[in-house]
Amino acid sequence: MASHRDLPVGLVNRLFQNTGSSSFTEFVGSYAPELLPPRDEALATPIGDQVPHATTIVAATFAGGVIMAGDRRATSGNIISQRDVEKVFRADDHSCMGIAGTASTGIEFARLYRVELEHYEKVEGRSMSVQGKANRLATMIRGNLAMAMQGLVVVPLFAAYDPTRDEGRIFSYDVAGGPYEREKFDAIGSGSIFARGSLKKLYREGSTADDMVMTLIQALYDAADDDSATGGPDVTRKIWPIVSVIDADGFRRLSQDEVSGYVQQMLDARLISPDGPIAPLR
Amino acid sequence: MSMPFGYASPEQIMRDKADYARKGIARGRSVVVLQYVDGIVFVAPNPSRALHKISEIYDRIGFAAVGRYNEFEELRLGGIRYADINGYTYDRSDVTGRGLANLYASNLGRIFTESIKSLEVEVVVAEVGDTKEGDAIYRLTFDGSVFDEHGFAAMGGQAEAVATRLKERYRESMSLADALEVALTALTEPGGERPPLAQLEVAVLDRNREHRKFLRLTGARLERLLAQTSNPPSSTTPPPAPSAGSEDTPPPTSPPTSPPTGPDGDVDDGSSPL
Repeated sequence: MASHRDLPVGLVNRLFQNTGSSSFTEFVGSYAPELLPPRDEALATPIGDQVPHATTIVAATFAGGVIMAGDRRATSGNIISQRDVEKVFRADDHSCMGIAGTASTGIEFARLYRVELEHYEKVEGRSMSVQGKANRLATMIRGNLAMAMQGLVVVPLFAAYDPTRDEGRIFSYDVAGGPYEREKFDAIGSGSIFARGSLKKLYREGSTADDMVMTLIQALYDAADDDSATGGPDVTRKIWPIVSVIDADGFRRLSQDEVSGYVQQMLDARLISPDGPIAPLR
Repeated sequence: MSMPFGYASPEQIMRDKADYARKGIARGRSVVVLQYVDGIVFVAPNPSRALHKISEIYDRIGFAAVGRYNEFEELRLGGIRYADINGYTYDRSDVTGRGLANLYASNLGRIFTESIKSLEVEVVVAEVGDTKEGDAIYRLTFDGSVFDEHGFAAMGGQAEAVATRLKERYRESMSLADALEVALTALTEPGGERPPLAQLEVAVLDRNREHRKFLRLTGARLERLLAQTSNPPSSTTPPPAPSAGSEDTPPPTSPPTSPPTGPDGDVDDGSSPL
């Protein structure tokens, strides 16, 4: 029996071929594929070390939402290529993503991802579910696998407020996709090991947004303390980490003045105790 | 007679098509778009909560339509694709209402001349600027004509009568509550009953919002705004206590049979899911 593919045009059910999909990526892929980030170009030599890399991103949930913070350093090998790079991006009103790895590819992903979510929302007249958003990002990252093998690795961290549960959720990824949902907190990038260690000791269940911002600032400082590719607060140039808070009211990026308050408080305490707050032993 | 069978002059064909489209559009209900102090407000009586007549196209651009639902839905989706791909190719600020209006105009015009049936739609593309001078309201008709409207636009149903009432009451830099009041008065025939809250679709392009300026006003928020107007519409829930300054006008009397703004017909006005 002939499959439906063998039937002459006109007899085929066109519904599933031209779905008028709500995905922007699919639409661009058919209309102007050259606009999408390259997926399987073979580079003559891996260029991993020669392009700027974004480093550490941390995220943690608090009562009724989630916070994401990122340092401001981008490195190419042993060179600091930028001191005030932005690596935490608003995806839509209730979600954001941070990127670690190749900065240029990551920024392009963030731009595409934002349009992808908005496009769905406008076409369908509703917001995508949080799990749907996380899955969509996984597909984008998996598409980049060939480039990752060439050294253009990019790994995102995704955080969103889930209105159906009234809580924040965090999803992490690897170079082949994901998503892996994380409870409480997660970190990505070169300083993530140190940040995660710090968060493990400082994270408090059900704390306020204010306390959690402080916790993340501490974790970023601990990462910068031990990882050369992560930037600490730049006191002379007044460059502070990017901090974004997402709760029922939506996405809000803290102003540099607000962050400066937290950073000053932390620095003052670290002048007395350089290793930061001490977690109780028992 | 030497006239070949079935001959019709081009003038006659165009006239027939235009009449056909006009009749279709006039059968639905009217939609009103007007400027207020912080941007642009869209008001559409729409019994359906699922099928929208008003929609967001891009950061600063909104869309409103009357006529056949499947036809303007197609235009809406095309507009979203146009805006998203241009914003992604260049920059978000490079997507303009004028570009979108031109795209719609050329497509509507082409369909009007080339197809047997023209689209039975009329659409408004509105763009909010950083100041009120930067606001733009473009009204496009079924044949691809573009009207650059100043301050307000009405379309669908008895559009002329609605536009006249709108013109009499419209003032520059009204508050949102006042603009809603003007829109609802314009949409209601003199002596008629206002559409109930549950059958109103209202959205704004608010220049003070961050990122995306488009916002649907629904539920309690809309109820509060309408309560500020001097003539609150009938609502299924008991109306909230009237705000100060509204005692001078009596609550609206509801005659049992009042004419709707436009005569209801069999054109899909969004009231039927099929």
